[in-house]
Amino acid sequence: MDIVFNLLTAAVLAGTPLLLGTLGEILTEKSGNLNLGVEGMMFMGAIAGIAGSWFTEQWFSGGGFAAAFVGLITSFLAGCLGALIYAFLTITLRANQNVTGLTLTIFGTGFGNFFGELLGKKAGNFVAVTTETKNAFAGAMNFGPLSKIPVIGQLLFQYNWLVYLSIILAIAMAWFLNKTRTGLNLRAVGESPATADAAGINVTKYKYAATIIGGGICGIAGMYISMVTCSGVWVHNCVNGYGWLAVALVIFSTWSPSRALLCGLIFGGLKILRLYVSIPGVATQIYDMLPYIATILVLIITSIRQSKELAQPKSCGLNYFREDR
Amino acid sequence: MSAQASKEIKEPLFRITKRGSITAGKAWAIRGLALLGALLTGALLILLLGHNPFEVYASMISGAFGKKIAIQETVKLTIPLLITGIGLAFAFKMKFWNIGGEGQILMGGVAASAVAIYGTSLPHVPKLLLMATAAIVVGGLYGMIPALFKAKWGTNETLFTLMMNYIAIQFIMFLQYQPAWQEERTSFPKIRMLDASAYLPKVFGVHIGWIISLILVFVAYIYIAKTKHGYEISVVGDSPNTARYAGINVSRVLIRTMFLSAALCGLVGFLQVSGSDGTLTENTANGVGFTAITVAWLAKMNPFAMVLVSLFIAVLERGSSSIQTSHGIPSSAASLLTGIILFFMLGCEFFINYRLVHRGKKGEN
Amino acid sequence: MLFLRFLEEEKLLDNQAKYAIEMRNVTKTFGSVVANHNVNLDLREGEILALLGENGSGKTTLMNMLSGIYFPDSGEIHVHGKEVSIRAPKDAFDLGIGMIHQHFKLVDVLTAAENIVLGLPGGVRINRKALSEKIREISSRYGFDIDPDKKVYNMSVSEKQTVEIIKVLYRGADILILDEPTAVLTPQETDKLFRILKAMKKDGKAIIIITHKMNEVLSVSDRVTILRKGEYIATVNTAEADKQSLTDMMVGHSVSLSIDRPVVEKKECRLSVRNLTCLSEDNVPAIRDVSFDAMGGEILGIAGIAGSGQKELCETLAGLYPAQPGSSIVFHRPEGGDEELVGHTAAELQKNGINISLAFVPEDRLGMGLVASLDMVDNLMLRTYRDHSGPFVDRKAAADVATRLVKELEIVIPGIHTPIRRLSGGNVQKVLLGREIEGNPHILVVAYPVRGLDINSSYTVYNLLNEQKKKGVSVIFIGEDLDVLMEISDHVMVLCGGEVSGIVDPRTTTKEEIGMMMVHVDNDRKENQA
Repeated sequence: MDIVFNLLTAAVLAGTPLLLGTLGEILTEKSGNLNLGVEGMMFMGAIAGIAGSWFTEQWFSGGGFAAAFVGLITSFLAGCLGALIYAFLTITLRANQNVTGLTLTIFGTGFGNFFGELLGKKAGNFVAVTTETKNAFAGAMNFGPLSKIPVIGQLLFQYNWLVYLSIILAIAMAWFLNKTRTGLNLRAVGESPATADAAGINVTKYKYAATIIGGGICGIAGMYISMVTCSGVWVHNCVNGYGWLAVALVIFSTWSPSRALLCGLIFGGLKILRLYVSIPGVATQIYDMLPYIATILVLIITSIRQSKELAQPKSCGLNYFREDR
Repeated sequence: MSAQASKEIKEPLFRITKRGSITAGKAWAIRGLALLGALLTGALLILLLGHNPFEVYASMISGAFGKKIAIQETVKLTIPLLITGIGLAFAFKMKFWNIGGEGQILMGGVAASAVAIYGTSLPHVPKLLLMATAAIVVGGLYGMIPALFKAKWGTNETLFTLMMNYIAIQFIMFLQYQPAWQEERTSFPKIRMLDASAYLPKVFGVHIGWIISLILVFVAYIYIAKTKHGYEISVVGDSPNTARYAGINVSRVLIRTMFLSAALCGLVGFLQVSGSDGTLTENTANGVGFTAITVAWLAKMNPFAMVLVSLFIAVLERGSSSIQTSHGIPSSAASLLTGIILFFMLGCEFFINYRLVHRGKKGEN
Repeated sequence: MLFLRFLEEEKLLDNQAKYAIEMRNVTKTFGSVVANHNVNLDLREGEILALLGENGSGKTTLMNMLSGIYFPDSGEIHVHGKEVSIRAPKDAFDLGIGMIHQHFKLVDVLTAAENIVLGLPGGVRINRKALSEKIREISSRYGFDIDPDKKVYNMSVSEKQTVEIIKVLYRGADILILDEPTAVLTPQETDKLFRILKAMKKDGKAIIIITHKMNEVLSVSDRVTILRKGEYIATVNTAEADKQSLTDMMVGHSVSLSIDRPVVEKKECRLSVRNLTCLSEDNVPAIRDVSFDAMGGEILGIAGIAGSGQKELCETLAGLYPAQPGSSIVFHRPEGGDEELVGHTAAELQKNGINISLAFVPEDRLGMGLVASLDMVDNLMLRTYRDHSGPFVDRKAAADVATRLVKELEIVIPGIHTPIRRLSGGNVQKVLLGREIEGNPHILVVAYPVRGLDINSSYTVYNLLNEQKKKGVSVIFIGEDLDVLMEISDHVMVLCGGEVSGIVDPRTTTKEEIGMMMVHVDNDRKENQA
């Protein structure tokens, strides 16, 4: 039983950055933009988060909650910045979405590692935030008596605040997309921009807003990696494919924020499975393939079933130009 | 209603219209300006870091071309970019988004290494030929898998090929733990160095991959522009419906072209293992599969233009590692700069295809 | 503001100014193509104005400038007497202008209610109950029949149109523009729509209906504005107009539409189609039990309202669409010998040289017949590039053909290496038809060959088809304009809902009779013919 508990809680922790990245990309794709730059935006958020916290500590001498909060904001803004570049190129200048997204990944990876090394030099040998700040990120939330309930307390009420933030974000996004006027308009933009345009919706504004906020959320996902997974130390190449996995997860959860909750957990579990369960005769490196193989299977299955409702927003990957003819 | 209508509504400041056509000179001038803008942005960044941009750029160029050995290193970086770019362009012309070049390179490398490791007794030339063939076939087959699913069910190839990259990396990590692949008498998780008889010969100090790549430039050009296969790729890429109408077997073209695309990537794996590194690691591809996408795109799928673009990116990379030693600027500057330049190049295409029309005087009364 | 007040006062003084819309000297160009040139249009409040013109005369472009899809290059637009600038559809809504496009602008995965409320201001949450209530209220006022919670992808065409109209009314529009609203409707649905339009007119709404069908103009409109080749021609009161005068204005000079129908002596059966059935993509029969013979030296016209199975029929004949078991298409070779075509793919037919015998000019010229980004030479090779051995293509032979065709068919083209997408519609069609005829076919299937073409290009096409007929080719002509079909064809086969409702001799049949057959399958009549 202990193994199952540990596996589950570890899966939640490992799945959270994936969930955040996935939520960011779902919001982006709902506007019809297929942004393959999630990896890049996560890198940007990762370095901006650590830099924001570190500078706050330096200037105000002392870490803790304030530094964590600044890190959250700076990582969000860095993700927004990456997405803004993407949005400007694809929406205003009508560049190809695939190539622009890949370029954003190249750029963002360079951005993260470049400034990571630079910051490392500035800080001596390597950047590390203080223990207080680290705890402000990674420390478990205190739910009082709730956390002490056996089993349930352990399973539900002992994570860091970013875990709860991302769960709330997923629920909020599901509500936003399905119940609100703005969410409905956004879905229309992603499905058929010409229809949305004819209905008086400002397609450009919606695309910009969804892409930039989506990028910001990806930035927070990156910060989770640098501040929680890597414990507030800048590690070269720390995002290491998580962004791509998030893109895959969007498909795995069939563009639904609420399903992303469950799917993020599954992927997180697959990511750390080898640390907890070993099957004799199967090499650990084979475990590491599982998330990727699982995504490929989902890709294949969804393509065979060809569901109208569980599909990518129809205009995804295509730029919209009203006077085109 | 009419109350709202009385609100003062002006014409938009700019309107965008499609250009009928543009002269080649003007188009290149716009691209030149974009490159200049990117370099200026880079210069600004260098300036903010407290360095002299001219010095840094000069140091980058001398780092790439200054000495004989520097030139050799730059060429060595160019080869994989160029061949992978050519390979990916095959798929892109067909609007098949092969972003799995990375994995196809690695699997080519695995096949070539396997020949060298299990066939130590083979003589030099047959060994090299067998390694190359294995790399081409395995790389090609690896890339054909997503194409098969795309042809049958329309499975999204962008993400499929992408996931295959990570599976290839994990597979190499798995091989690193296999005793047969490790150095003798060690159990360190690392694939051993290949025998000298598995190394490519050198011409002018660089392995003969550079000659192969130049030959491939011509062959690829002829294949795309002059052959029936190349013609079919153009038709399928532009309009699968027209291809169907013309009796072209779209699935077959898709699978065949994707095999060729991935086979060239596989060949790169062989060249890296046998010519450049002498062994196989999970970093053998080192991002080439991704960077080459931008090579192909910037060159507008033209193999000759790809020579220039891949050389340019190699200079950036080579130059960036030299400014790390000379100025203490992290070498990750290469991807940062590549990104900036690419953003500018992508953006400038807009001004080649469209025209901004300023609103006339009429709207201002 | 002073200026505006002055306008208001002037409006009060001038009681004549009851125009909902005035367009003055509006011009719009796309690249080098002039879609509208100095066009004027007036719409009074409480009237139905028909905007009449041929395909490609600029009707839709003009209306798109009212609905904010396009922005005019020059000219003025006044709405209820005030000059306005309509930059986006939102501006049009604010002015009370609502347009129902020919291709419905609805989001498939959303419900009717969601589509109706799309883009409207209001509370954060959507109040679905109040929404449904209001939709029901509008529906009952004008006699619509709609389920607010039905998803659009489950709807019929007429239901979708209803959603579009309610969408516009829900937004409080008092100026409605309908772009060819009857093209996809049955006569009963059309009657119902016209009743609704008249009810709206009584309500004081101003309505523009775009059409090229003369009967509709005469039966529903108060006035008619005619456009020709992007130019404004005239506006007349419907009561003072008749078919002849309107046609004259629409086509420019008095044409009796006199298309030749040469008589060919030697006729042989080229194609026997028996019990042809095939399913649409949704697995419902798209054509059912279709049987006919196509003769060499004849033009077989195929009539029917849009979506009666025309597309599936010609694609099945061309081997691009699978036929159901039990179907049979037999090709009779002129030199003797029969060939069963059902059960073979396009690629197999190609191998047997069949698809050169059967040439096909599809409806979607750039999306199916041609490759838009390639030049004329490459497009001419499409059918023949495999014919010689070796791995290379032979562009020289194709270039020679291109040069010859440019001269013969008077194709206006900057050069034979210009991408086809840069050509005008008429020239695109000439390239396509030229290539298909170049293969010396025995059967020539043409789908809507003059759609979007000007009069001159249309006649070039008619002449080309007649020439083929005289050469002994069996021509199958799928058309939408009954007048043309009845003048050019030797026989007219009428499709209704995927079934053949009759094959008639156009010389002895009236247009009204064919019109009836398009909407109604009379089984007795079919029996008699069989």
